[in-house]
Amino acid sequence: MRDVAIIGVKNTKFGEQWDRSFRDLVVEAGVGAVGDAGVVGEKIDSMFVGNMSGGQFVEQEHIGALIADYSGLAKHMHVPSTRVEAACASGGLALRQGIYAVASGMDDIVIAAGAEKMTDVPSAKASSALAAAADREWEGIMGATFPGLYAMIAKMHMHKYGTTSEQLASVAVKNHHNGQHNPIAQYKSQITIESVLKSIMVADPLHIFDCSPITDGASAVVLAPADIAHEFTDTPIYVKATAQASDTIALHDRRDITTLDAAVAAGKRAYQMAKMEAKDIDLAEVHDCFTIAEICAIEDLGFAKKGEGGIMTQNGETEIGAKIPINTSGGLKSCGHPVGATGIKQAIEIVQQLRGEAGKRQVDGAEVGMTHNVGGSGATAVVHIFSRNR
Amino acid sequence: MIIMSVPRFWRKQIARYNLVGTHCQKCDEYFYPPRNMCPACRRDGEIEDFKFSGKGELVTFTVIHTAAEGFEKQTPYVLGIIKLKEGPCLTSQIICDPKDVSIGMRVSPVFRKLGQDGEQGMIYYGTKFVPENARN
Repeated sequence: MRDVAIIGVKNTKFGEQWDRSFRDLVVEAGVGAVGDAGVVGEKIDSMFVGNMSGGQFVEQEHIGALIADYSGLAKHMHVPSTRVEAACASGGLALRQGIYAVASGMDDIVIAAGAEKMTDVPSAKASSALAAAADREWEGIMGATFPGLYAMIAKMHMHKYGTTSEQLASVAVKNHHNGQHNPIAQYKSQITIESVLKSIMVADPLHIFDCSPITDGASAVVLAPADIAHEFTDTPIYVKATAQASDTIALHDRRDITTLDAAVAAGKRAYQMAKMEAKDIDLAEVHDCFTIAEICAIEDLGFAKKGEGGIMTQNGETEIGAKIPINTSGGLKSCGHPVGATGIKQAIEIVQQLRGEAGKRQVDGAEVGMTHNVGGSGATAVVHIFSRNR
Repeated sequence: MIIMSVPRFWRKQIARYNLVGTHCQKCDEYFYPPRNMCPACRRDGEIEDFKFSGKGELVTFTVIHTAAEGFEKQTPYVLGIIKLKEGPCLTSQIICDPKDVSIGMRVSPVFRKLGQDGEQGMIYYGTKFVPENARN
């Protein structure tokens, strides 16, 4: 198996982009990443694109071919392009498929992208599309919403470990603080614990400010074999681990409601592959679709002891400059959550941090970073570890 | 608002109306929602239908204020995970005042309307839960 490096990256702006279409966004991200890598189109061997629900959000399937076409890679070059889907983990999974292609030796230059255009439908329709990531037949039919499922995780976490609404809110406050320095972030406004607690209740105990938003956006990275990465860039970022795990589709079938066993398993596999432990990670982008999800994530990945993710966040240990900076990009909460793009955006944040290009969000001396991308209420988890050093 | 297509709902109507799940005779494990393959012994299992009593306890819950599509008129409603006494867990609504719900409370099943496909469309029924000893 060959070592793989990321040689180019590009995010579009994340937010409500009424004037831009799904294909506009993808082309901007793809062309930008290829430009960042200094690669010509003729060199591209294949593409993988994460997209959760083009069918429901823009009534468009066959996303792989569409993107190859509008990127100018279809009509003359016939570059193979594959759509990958695992709900909100679609982006992370597209990256993983791209890494497979390069590592195997089948392909050299590969684009891994992710995209979602969520504001072309009313928000109720968007919520309904997202709910399809849970078990439609046995959760959705009973009136379960996505915030509702994570609210049940939060309620149990509070009951078992004494986690408080203030601790949940501190995740959102921190992520908005980080997001103000991210040029692509959807929300740069600052919030306080009080404003989170005063915001409307969506599903008790989760307020609207505990939830990530609906977002349009696309992200893309260019992958290459590590052996030739320096031909394209002075700062290739190396993939040290790619790991994925599954769990039951329905929350009610889990071993423990407050642990995402798929994230634990993917994390363990990633640490093993990279020959690293949690203490070796300098920063992580985790899947904070809801504030409770970040608390579970830092526990599942070994940054916090089980049950202590809330207090650790409240104590500021996950801020930039502290013990383990989490979601320096602003996370899903402040940067936005175009579901198919999120897994790729997380990797781009780590690349920018490890290159030392993160501006006011920069984690000093960052050498090793992790991404954690979750599908549904935890049925798919994808974890990657990246390093400046091969 | 259509909450599920008619054939899709109808296929599992007995399971939804009467809490009929399955049981693996080899592993002695019970499944609701029903499974046709035992996740423990997989191909080796012998699966039979099993009707659950519906007695159980509340594992966790939430009060939904922003409803799922088709459930807008029901807010606020209590959604919970119920552990049946035979072992499996399921997701359903708890019919009671949100103030009276607590983790660990004992619940019993009731046959209730889940939703309706518009003014003249199909009515969907299924199993919800009430606090044990509640009058219904």
